Amino acid sequence: MGGRYLRMGMLGALTLAAVIGLHGRTASAASSCITCHLEFDDPAIREPAVKFEEDVHNLRRLGCESCHGGNPAAGAEEGDPELAHDPKMGFRGEPSPGEIPEFCGGCHSNVEFIKQYNPKQRVDQLLEYKSSHHGKLLASGEQRVATCVSCHGVHGILPVKDTRSPVYKTNVAKTCAGCHGDTKLMASFGIPTNQFDLYKSSVHGHKLLEEGDLAAPTCNTCHGNHGATPPGLTSVSNACGECHANNLAYFNESPHKEAFAEMGIGECETCHGHHDVMHPDDDRIGVHEEAFCVRCHSEGDAGYAAAAVMGAGLDSLKRALWAAHEILDRAERGGVNVALGKFDLHSADDAVIKARTGVHYFDTTKFNAIIQTGLAETQNVMALGEEAMHDLWLRRVGLMFTVPVILWVAIALYLRIRRTEREQASNS
Amino acid sequence: MSQQNRRMQIGTWLDERIGWSAIQELAMHKRVPMHRHSIWYYLGGMTLFCFLVQVFTGILLLLYYRPTAEAAFESVEFIMTDVPFGWLVRSLHSWSANLMIFFAFVHMFSVFFMRAYRRPRELTWISGALLLVLSLGFGFSGYLLPWNQLAYFATKVGTDILGEIPLIGEWLLVVARGGEDVTGATLTRFFGVHVAILPMIATFFLLLHLALVQKQGMSVPIGEEYKKAPSMPFLPNFAVRDLVGWTLALGILVLLSSIFPWELGVKADPLAPAPAGIRPEWFFCFMFQTLKYIPGKVFFINGELLGIIGFSLGGLALILVPFLDRKAGREERNVLFTAIGWVVILYIIVFTVLAYVE
Repeated sequence: MGGRYLRMGMLGALTLAAVIGLHGRTASAASSCITCHLEFDDPAIREPAVKFEEDVHNLRRLGCESCHGGNPAAGAEEGDPELAHDPKMGFRGEPSPGEIPEFCGGCHSNVEFIKQYNPKQRVDQLLEYKSSHHGKLLASGEQRVATCVSCHGVHGILPVKDTRSPVYKTNVAKTCAGCHGDTKLMASFGIPTNQFDLYKSSVHGHKLLEEGDLAAPTCNTCHGNHGATPPGLTSVSNACGECHANNLAYFNESPHKEAFAEMGIGECETCHGHHDVMHPDDDRIGVHEEAFCVRCHSEGDAGYAAAAVMGAGLDSLKRALWAAHEILDRAERGGVNVALGKFDLHSADDAVIKARTGVHYFDTTKFNAIIQTGLAETQNVMALGEEAMHDLWLRRVGLMFTVPVILWVAIALYLRIRRTEREQASNS
Repeated sequence: MSQQNRRMQIGTWLDERIGWSAIQELAMHKRVPMHRHSIWYYLGGMTLFCFLVQVFTGILLLLYYRPTAEAAFESVEFIMTDVPFGWLVRSLHSWSANLMIFFAFVHMFSVFFMRAYRRPRELTWISGALLLVLSLGFGFSGYLLPWNQLAYFATKVGTDILGEIPLIGEWLLVVARGGEDVTGATLTRFFGVHVAILPMIATFFLLLHLALVQKQGMSVPIGEEYKKAPSMPFLPNFAVRDLVGWTLALGILVLLSSIFPWELGVKADPLAPAPAGIRPEWFFCFMFQTLKYIPGKVFFINGELLGIIGFSLGGLALILVPFLDRKAGREERNVLFTAIGWVVILYIIVFTVLAYVE
């Protein structure tokens, strides 16, 4: 009985869809597929129709049949909704995981088709995917690998710029961890599962996930997304250099480049780590206990001496800069306008950043040149600060003389009038 | 020739031309009543002193100030850093502007409570009330001139209110700003208003106000027996006492300007987001805060418009006080007016504090 009503309801919906003329490859909000699928209680049939409402494809007026084939308008006259699923009409049904990349790539690799919707949209995702570790495993017959839907979702696919999208920058690491944090799944591939925890504790993870700084990297920044492949030992530094260009360029000129290669160790990651890159505070330079340098260099070798020079140089520049900030702040608190000094201070502040980057020369001559430039700029600011403090001192001295004089005039005037009044009283 | 003879000769010369002896006669015979409220008589003079400081320091600032969006901020910065004693002149100008408005308010309330507006001093009161409004105009137009971020956005908010006035609001807004938005045209316009239009009008009303005070003499509060009360000569007794007050005020101004020089802030950037905590100068805060509390719609009337109507009626009532308080005209005490005065003072203080606390 219930089946009869359901069938009648679906027929009614199909008829309505046919009447309002929903046909062809493009769909509208009232697709007959959606109308029928919503009639079911089974979540596997109903959910796709519910989620599809805000799917980016639906918003671009691409209907279910655009991916699954078939004809949403078919069967209305005959009273058989199953006719919409006719393979003769191109109905493809649900693809298997292995079919998905080609399934999506059917449109997304089609330049002419995709440019109709978004002229800037790339079309090389399928090609990249096939070159990725995921793609290669899939090609080898492994079905438990990530495909398009593993990251982008299915039926409720949101644009990448939508903050709710699983591939929005702040969500990427969590999306990757969906599989890469699964110990059971990863055990079969021999891959560790602690990357997400390490990333969260890193300076990059902190910046992106806690401060919301979208300039900070996430998994795909280094590994790629569609072409996800782990960078090898020699290519990690290239990944770092994408953002930290000067650090990499200086490192490539440095004596460490050859030495690390000879030792067969990585470049950036040897000191900084990779997933758990820590904030590189200044204690890491020099010969402190926490310094990276003393992990390899010990007292007596040339590297140790160079590390000591660089640590001391950075300290001296920071101390000079602190003094410049302090004197300008003191003058400003006293009410002197120190706009010019503050402007020059930006340049001196930059010198510290340059020096921190300049450490990667691992060459005391080049490093000291940066420090000397910074110290000279700081000295200029100090001079302006001292001038401002002198100005403040003059104001205070001026005040010390002016206020008593004014007070004396007021008292003298008051005494004068009192005397006049006494004289007036005695005269009257 | 003795000094006395020379003085007499100058006196005769001036007498022939401007009737100096009549002025001298008036000054010598002018007397100021002495009673327990006499202290309030000095506030008008104190306000006048601040106005004179404004004129003097304003003229000095004019030597360097450039009224364009491109150069205004930099010119004030130049005054503050490179012009000898420029920092002092600008700080004196800003501090005395604020003190002038403060003293003007206190002077107005003291006159109100002493009922000094009663017949025949109605015009003195009206000219004084107009001078207070003009002082607020000086404050509003001067605030924008350094072209810093806070002043820019405060002026934007302040002039937005004009747009709420029905029928002519849009037109008024464009006239006030010199365009749709606050721009360099607004700055030039405010500068013109600040240094030419307002001073011209204010000088007229100030002279009228002072002339009326001389004509009518000082008012004695109701209940003080004028004839029995002692009085002191204006010259030199009261004038020198006034001078003592002015000297002390100068000392306070110098102290404030040296220890707390007026900040310049950051140059206005129309494209930057409005900074947090925008509020107008303290003397507008009670009105600003009131507008914040009025709901968007009260019945069918726009909330801001209702506020503007309320303040306009309040201003009108202030000007018409001498005609509204009929009892004062009959030399009778009016408890209702005293109560209203205290409520208004309390309202101004509470709402000003709220604007700073919130």
